[in-house]
Amino acid sequence: MNFFEQGFVWLNDPLNWTNPGGMLDRLVEHLTISALAVLLGCLVGWPIGIWLGHRGRGGGAVITVANLTLAIPTLALLTILPLTPLGFGQPPVVVALAVFAVPPLLANAYTGLRQIDPETREAAKGMGLSGGQMLRQVELPLSVPYLAAGLRTAAVQVVATAALAAFVNGGGLGEIISAGFGIGMSQGGGGQIVAGGIVVALLALIVEALLALLQRAVTPKPLRVRRRRRSAPAAVPAG
Amino acid sequence: MSFLSWGLAASPLAAPADDGPGNPWFSWRYIHDNADAILEALRFHAGLTAQTVLIALVVAVPLAVVAYWIRPLTGPILALSGILYTIPSLALLAMLAPLLGATNVASVLIALVLYALLVLVRNSLAGLTGVPDEVRDAAAGMGYGRFGRLLRIELPLALPGIITGLRLATVSTVALVTVGSIIGQGGLGDLILSGFRNNFYKAQILTGALLCVALALVLDLVLAGIGRLLTPWTRGRTS
Repeated sequence: MNFFEQGFVWLNDPLNWTNPGGMLDRLVEHLTISALAVLLGCLVGWPIGIWLGHRGRGGGAVITVANLTLAIPTLALLTILPLTPLGFGQPPVVVALAVFAVPPLLANAYTGLRQIDPETREAAKGMGLSGGQMLRQVELPLSVPYLAAGLRTAAVQVVATAALAAFVNGGGLGEIISAGFGIGMSQGGGGQIVAGGIVVALLALIVEALLALLQRAVTPKPLRVRRRRRSAPAAVPAG
Repeated sequence: MSFLSWGLAASPLAAPADDGPGNPWFSWRYIHDNADAILEALRFHAGLTAQTVLIALVVAVPLAVVAYWIRPLTGPILALSGILYTIPSLALLAMLAPLLGATNVASVLIALVLYALLVLVRNSLAGLTGVPDEVRDAAAGMGYGRFGRLLRIELPLALPGIITGLRLATVSTVALVTVGSIIGQGGLGDLILSGFRNNFYKAQILTGALLCVALALVLDLVLAGIGRLLTPWTRGRTS
């Protein structure tokens, strides 16, 4: 019995895609949850990272926070948050995923501002730029590649981790896999499990590739050769 | 809802779903009554983590050495590790579980080893390539051969990088083991998930989650201590 063949048969059945709760529904759910989580992560991680980087202090705290979140299992947050006043459904899942998106966003924003040549800063100060002007006109433009790298790491991680939302019936593509396990390996569930696994893996790789292109597009040409993907130490195996 | 209620009314099998006094976040009574099951889950979790990290270490260091000696292989090994790293753990598990049997712990072990491997290879390689050229030349001048140089000079100097990789791999493995609970092989993750499924039994969920985080932090500290003992020459510089 070859489960991979069964998986491709499952993927080739259009009904498996268009049924209510089928692959397309789950895909939309998955992408919605992921997008909201990344957005929330950006809203929290970037301002803090940029502020810390602008002030030039707090690097130790950034690393500590990143390491601490590494130790928290996604499953723990996914099961705990629905029991808080957030309630069940999508909000707790989005918050749980955003918690894991913050460290790479924050750490990369911090690194991005800290890696700027001090002489550039001095020159900007010498030209009479105020703190806010320096941030907007000098520091932020120069750290865009790092912000993009953080976004890429965080987004890929969130898309990958969102599959775990199925553990708590939070929707997303993981539901396909978990439903497959529910059917049972030999009753046709095996094919569905493999099909779900393939789609989740492909989605993560596609998001990674698209964001790599975005990262390249926003990185000015002279900076491209020097910095390869230097993601923060918070690069966790996704989910 | 009291956070530290002593759980007078909490019976392990039928906790009410509401926030009433019967379902506290923490209960000594629960821990006392279920000590055996909790310890068993903890033992399983720690054992699986240890197995994973040891296997990964045994495979990763030679792989890093190969990539270090044969420079053209460095790019492909890192690229492949990057792609594997992107694949969500649940997807990997969904593709492995049907091959190895629905509840076989080996599929969890293989998935975990793959992720730990990638962290370790990257960090070991970074440690090896970080050895200064002068040191390498000096060693060659002193008559060290390839293997002698590797064992006496390069690996010891790469040790801080390897230890860092080991710590990252261990902490993320502890968190990732919980994903195995989709096939009932998740150690403390099983505790968390069954607590969630058993009428949202908060005491069980939080106990599992806290033990997970505690296990990760303890192992991290132990490895950091071992690293300090093994690399006495780095102590003076870092402080």
